Amino acid sequence: MQVLIPSPLVSYTRRKNVEARGSTLGEMLLDLERQFPGIRFRMIDEQDRVRPHMRIFVNGEQEFSLKRPLNPDDEISIVQALSGG
Amino acid sequence: MTMKKAAKKAAPRSKGVAVLVSTRKGAWIYASDSSRRKWAVNGPHFLGHTVHHMVLDLRDGKTLLAAASTGHLGPTIFRSTDFGKSWKEARKPPAFPKVSEGENGRSVKHTFWLTPCHANEPDAWYAGTSPQGLFRSNDGGVTWEPLPGVNDNTTMRPWFGTEQDGTPDGPKLHSIIVDPRDRNHLYFGMSGGGVHESLDQGKTWTPLIDGMEVVEGFGFDIANPMFHDPHCVRMCPSNPDRLYQQNHCGIYRIDRPAKKWTRIGRAMPKSVGDVGFPMVVHPRDENTCWVFPMDGSGVWPRTSPDGKPAVFVTRNGGKTWQRQDKGMPREQAWWTVKRQAMCADSRDPVGLYFGNTQGELWMSRDEGKKWECIARNLPHIYALETAEI
Repeated sequence: MQVLIPSPLVSYTRRKNVEARGSTLGEMLLDLERQFPGIRFRMIDEQDRVRPHMRIFVNGEQEFSLKRPLNPDDEISIVQALSGG
Repeated sequence: MTMKKAAKKAAPRSKGVAVLVSTRKGAWIYASDSSRRKWAVNGPHFLGHTVHHMVLDLRDGKTLLAAASTGHLGPTIFRSTDFGKSWKEARKPPAFPKVSEGENGRSVKHTFWLTPCHANEPDAWYAGTSPQGLFRSNDGGVTWEPLPGVNDNTTMRPWFGTEQDGTPDGPKLHSIIVDPRDRNHLYFGMSGGGVHESLDQGKTWTPLIDGMEVVEGFGFDIANPMFHDPHCVRMCPSNPDRLYQQNHCGIYRIDRPAKKWTRIGRAMPKSVGDVGFPMVVHPRDENTCWVFPMDGSGVWPRTSPDGKPAVFVTRNGGKTWQRQDKGMPREQAWWTVKRQAMCADSRDPVGLYFGNTQGELWMSRDEGKKWECIARNLPHIYALETAEI
């Protein structure tokens, strides 16, 4: 499936759009980690919670559960909320 | 505890001094010539990252670790084995163990403090985090493991308090100190949560808070570590039995094996007080240390008292203090110097350095008699460390 990477994480992937596999959101994130070591912990904490200011959208719908089932043609957008200064 | 005093060492001769500057928006390395009069800047490293601490491994003289996060991404540790020419991210940054589903597990917000372990433990490091946690790496910072003696300590847990009890940027474990005579002998401080000592390399810990005061007027139990807020604790290199502490409630000294701190800040001028963040000890003289007082009155502005920044030094273990402000602004300078943002080099005379929240880097080549600003317009400075290069 296609995954859109936010600019703060492009230092890991070197591109904005990447391919990843997985039957759940959690599996997809583990595949991203396999391809781009270190990227998962910047988005997901050690308790498997999506970090504050990070948002994950599946086909345009916001999702917080890593158990969310995915289909190969789903489109994933990882978005960083703009805040701070 | 039977320990011999560490041998006094002569001041080193080297090419220059490096000042490692950690800021809210990245890290920089300032390197001097041998006279410490000319400075070259290298950076930014990790531009946009909040760098809480960047430390050189003095055991090999080239490995740097930097604790970094951003306002949005999770925390990590960057590692360089060529003094900052290239960096690689830790494969397993500090993280608490995952708890069972339904339990409320903790997560590391950022690593706040880095300390190399004992000289006889090459590649081993300790890390203190926010919220309070203690971690160890045995492979030069590539992978980190939680230390259950602190992180799973059910006695200590209430002393951590909650996010609401901690400093505005989160409660922290800091001031990790390794006794140079005994790798099993450790100290650390928690804001809040007191000062603690271990004699078995961190397996068990004992509070070391007797003599420390707490904020008056609320009926707090002074024997409860939860109410104690050490800001910075330092061990004297020339006498590891002597520790100095800058606390939320004053300046203290302890001479082990005594177990009671003495509030040496009572001798500070009343108009200045003895509240502050950093504590700096002389590399060869156990009777000399420096502090940077801040305003702890009213709503606690935490700026230089009366807008007149100054370092204060004691040369007699805290019996008397002298103001050192030559070269600094005389008025309307509302600085804050954070707990990690002041340090010394090991030259003779000792060079002193501090960075303020306005992004200015200041130094003194003569142990505080005169000060000059060597860099301006950096981001808010969080931490400084020095290294001979």
